[in-house]
Amino acid sequence: MNTVNRTAGEYAHHFENADHEFETSKFGIWLFLCTEVLMFGGLFVAYFLFSNLYPETFVEGAKYLDWKYGAINTAVLLLSSFTMVLGIYYAQNNNTKKCVTSLSITLVCGFIFMFIKYLEYAHKIEMGLLPGEMFSFAEAQSSNLGLYFSVYYMMTGLHGSHVLVGMGLIFWCILRARKGEFNSKYYTPIECVGLFWHLVDLIWIYLFPLLYLID
Amino acid sequence: MFWLNNAHAGNTFMPPQASNFAESVDSLYGFLWYASLISCILVIGGFVYFAIKYKRKTENDQTAYIAHNTTLEFLWSFIPFVVFLVVFAWGWKIFYDMKRAPENALEIHVVGQKWNWDFLYKSGKKQTSEFTVPVNTPIKLIMSSRDVLHSFYVPAFRIKQDVIPGRYTSLWFTATKEGRFNVFCTEYCGTGHSSMLAHVNVVSMSEYEEWLANDPYKGLSMVEVGQKIYQSRCIACHNLTAEKKIGPGFKGLFASNKTFTDGTTGVANEAYIRESILMPNAKKSVGYENAVMTSFQGQLSEDEIAGTVEFIKTLK
Amino acid sequence: MSSAVIDKSKNYINHEKGLWSWLTTLDHKRIGILYMITVMAFFLIGGIFAMLIRTELFTAGKTIVDAAQYNQLMTFHGAIMVFMVIIPGIPAFLGNFFLPLQLGAKDVAFPRVNLMSWYCLIVGAAISFFSLFYHGADTGWTFYTPYSIKTDNGTILLVLGAFVMGFSSILTGLNFIATTHRLRAPGMGFFEMPLFVWGLYSTAIIQVIATPVLAITLLLLAAEKTMGIGFFDPALGGDPVLFQHFFWFYSHPAVYIMILPAMGIISELITTYSRKVIFGYKAIAFSSVGIAAVSFFVWGHHMFVSGQSEVAGVIFSFLTMLVGVPTAIKTFNWVATMYKGSIQFQSPMLYAMGFLFLFTIGGVTGVMLATMAADVHFHDTYFVVAHFHYVMVGGTLMAIMGGIYHWFPKMFGKMYSELGAQLSFAFIFVGFNVTFFPQFILGAQGMPRRYFDYLPAFEPLNQISSVGSWTIGVGFLIGLWVIIHGLLRGEKAPDNPWGAKTLEWQTTSPPPHENFYDQPKVTGGPYEYR
Repeated sequence: MNTVNRTAGEYAHHFENADHEFETSKFGIWLFLCTEVLMFGGLFVAYFLFSNLYPETFVEGAKYLDWKYGAINTAVLLLSSFTMVLGIYYAQNNNTKKCVTSLSITLVCGFIFMFIKYLEYAHKIEMGLLPGEMFSFAEAQSSNLGLYFSVYYMMTGLHGSHVLVGMGLIFWCILRARKGEFNSKYYTPIECVGLFWHLVDLIWIYLFPLLYLID
Repeated sequence: MFWLNNAHAGNTFMPPQASNFAESVDSLYGFLWYASLISCILVIGGFVYFAIKYKRKTENDQTAYIAHNTTLEFLWSFIPFVVFLVVFAWGWKIFYDMKRAPENALEIHVVGQKWNWDFLYKSGKKQTSEFTVPVNTPIKLIMSSRDVLHSFYVPAFRIKQDVIPGRYTSLWFTATKEGRFNVFCTEYCGTGHSSMLAHVNVVSMSEYEEWLANDPYKGLSMVEVGQKIYQSRCIACHNLTAEKKIGPGFKGLFASNKTFTDGTTGVANEAYIRESILMPNAKKSVGYENAVMTSFQGQLSEDEIAGTVEFIKTLK
Repeated sequence: MSSAVIDKSKNYINHEKGLWSWLTTLDHKRIGILYMITVMAFFLIGGIFAMLIRTELFTAGKTIVDAAQYNQLMTFHGAIMVFMVIIPGIPAFLGNFFLPLQLGAKDVAFPRVNLMSWYCLIVGAAISFFSLFYHGADTGWTFYTPYSIKTDNGTILLVLGAFVMGFSSILTGLNFIATTHRLRAPGMGFFEMPLFVWGLYSTAIIQVIATPVLAITLLLLAAEKTMGIGFFDPALGGDPVLFQHFFWFYSHPAVYIMILPAMGIISELITTYSRKVIFGYKAIAFSSVGIAAVSFFVWGHHMFVSGQSEVAGVIFSFLTMLVGVPTAIKTFNWVATMYKGSIQFQSPMLYAMGFLFLFTIGGVTGVMLATMAADVHFHDTYFVVAHFHYVMVGGTLMAIMGGIYHWFPKMFGKMYSELGAQLSFAFIFVGFNVTFFPQFILGAQGMPRRYFDYLPAFEPLNQISSVGSWTIGVGFLIGLWVIIHGLLRGEKAPDNPWGAKTLEWQTTSPPPHENFYDQPKVTGGPYEYR
């Protein structure tokens, strides 16, 4: 099966044709995205539960987040989703060079996102705004402000790890695209990685208002 | 045929009926048993009968082609559904009562910890691993935990409730029989889980009042006080022999030489025993690195600590 | 790859040679066999732990191990049997082998993902066992907080192991859904699929939806233990009961991951050995999906006395009763299938009848536990232990054993010793009832579960139970002998020894690498015995 020549539009032995394989792969990725939504779902449930129990804590916690960083990151991820779509478009049109460029911009966006995330984390760690037991910020008003930061670190941390995985996958796509492995007949990996990347963006679009913009 | 006499009171299958809930739970249980028995006879009897009657005779047997039967299928969906609804409603009704303590109920605080129960009365009286209640009087237990989850279970009363650190849960009952009944912890809580036993003494109202007014240690020597403490507090983890249980056995403990996990050594004198009761993790002996003991700081009075030390001294 | 010349002496076992060809195989049949070996090894370890537990409980007080060791045995017995045996047992082993064959496909949709899921199981299991070298874990397989937060750190490894094994389950489920949707043989609509496929399909839905919630729960628990994030710690504003909600949101549907494919196997066995069309095909198929759907909304019935709200308890009790209806439908349909059949007492059929017997008892006691007031008394006693062993061992394990004997000729091209299989069944069936029936009585009398020590009054029934467990042990050892003997000495099996109708019996025994020499075409239902 490893010997299948993808560039000629061939497919693995248990499929009827290349389209059948493509559609099946996409179906599999959609199922995988369902599992991702449910995994984050657990954290969202915890978020809503605790924010209902301790609304003041959450309002206070959000004050220590800088919405400007969050907004920049939202913009960066939206841009990266757009360039991801472009990458798929160019692959479909056999334009390998532009495909590689688009994917590279997407990857750079990922780096920018993670760098800003790093700045935010470093600042908070310095202030002692740490999760749960490790919380050591002296000027906290709410007694359980650490719980808000537990929620913050768990949600953004799990999301950040997904961004990292997504960046790795995009890098893998770039390498394969450079070798000219993708064309109008075969671009399944970019399509699937793209779907994953869009989900990661989408989750951030929910995280941003929930964590940064509470009044 | 133990299940046949099961629906009746005084069965051989459930614990004695000693609370206001016991009889109603047992009649629900009896109904469930009969319904289950009938279902089992239908299903198991049915397939055993078919298996014998339609045993393969020849290698070329032809079978009937019966793909479905709407009437039958409707019946065996609908009848179980109705039965399930009945037991659901019945179970809910009793559960509803279990959740609503009468306003005039006598309140007792219960605190669970690894691995015993404390009972605090409003008069200021305090008991461990054993408590006393008057018969035919509604009692409400207000419960919490000092460490992990526990669950307070009195089989004879058919009641159970988890005990949770950081919040109060409650239980209520009216004991209908005088006697001494078992209390179990039913939420797994570690090494001593199965030793976390207690008893409830149900007595007449006059005996209860007399008991409440009584000083539990009146007329007892220090060693006897210590022995009482041992019976309620220490027995879950410590043997009276020298044999290790969860912690070290008490026999010969006093004045023995100890090697601690930090490499230092010392003698188990009065000060050491007192420290071990109040700050158990300060000096751990070699061989007990993983044993966890709860601190009794604030739980035992000075008299009780002194009594315990004196009691251990007698175990040579 | 397939060659133009058909060489019928080549099959999936001998078309490539060497250990490496097995460890890197993408063939669903070989991956199924890998699962079979690992699951059986884990079952042996979990079984030995079970024997040790029952031996310890032979007398009140200390018998062979102390309380701390007992708690570890209890924890690992549960974790191994749940995460490493029963959950992968049917889907990943028998399902992997027979789902594509029953669908008339050449493989599952994603063969690489399939192999990866096996490695996830192996790595997860290795991490879990590694915790035994770090003081082990003593939380029970349920990991309830705050105990699990405060106990030794070996627990983290068990938790992380379960997390990794969760991915194995997710990937298998994802693969099976895609395979069922996309790779059916020409002419096979959803209602021409065998009922085992319906069972696997319903299971896969649960695996995909519920397991990610377990993943996040276990991650949060690990973070709680390493960083003290406080989600489940009341001292920091968290809620220990929240953990139970998260945990059972996965773990209740997980019991249907265990039983739904077992029900699928039983449907296959009963129709094959009664040589009769299944009664109420659509009712059985829909009730599988129905059980899967309702299973997500009943988790709170594990928590009637946990301190959850009364309203929640009422809703959960009601919904749990609803699960009873499709379960009852299936059971009656199986019995009705035997009516006017031609019943062959081959060992798989014995296991199917054993399933019907034990599962019925497990089912009716399940209704008792779903009834709130009764559950208050039974919760966390041996009544619950007996109930879930009747369902999980009496149900699922019986089905696995029946399935192994049913498909043994197909998998290995050899027959097994029928006499040995029947003897093994007798020991397991009798031993099982002797072990677990007394536990219903112990539970009703009030003996709590997870007890290292018990009141002297409970001793006689515990001794009967322990003797029963050794009988089961003997039964499984005989079963192991039957399998090994069949592999080494078995007679050559015909392609369709039982006269079954589903597609896997239309190919050779064992099947070729590509499953079928000609693409099968489907023209009717899966059980057309006319």
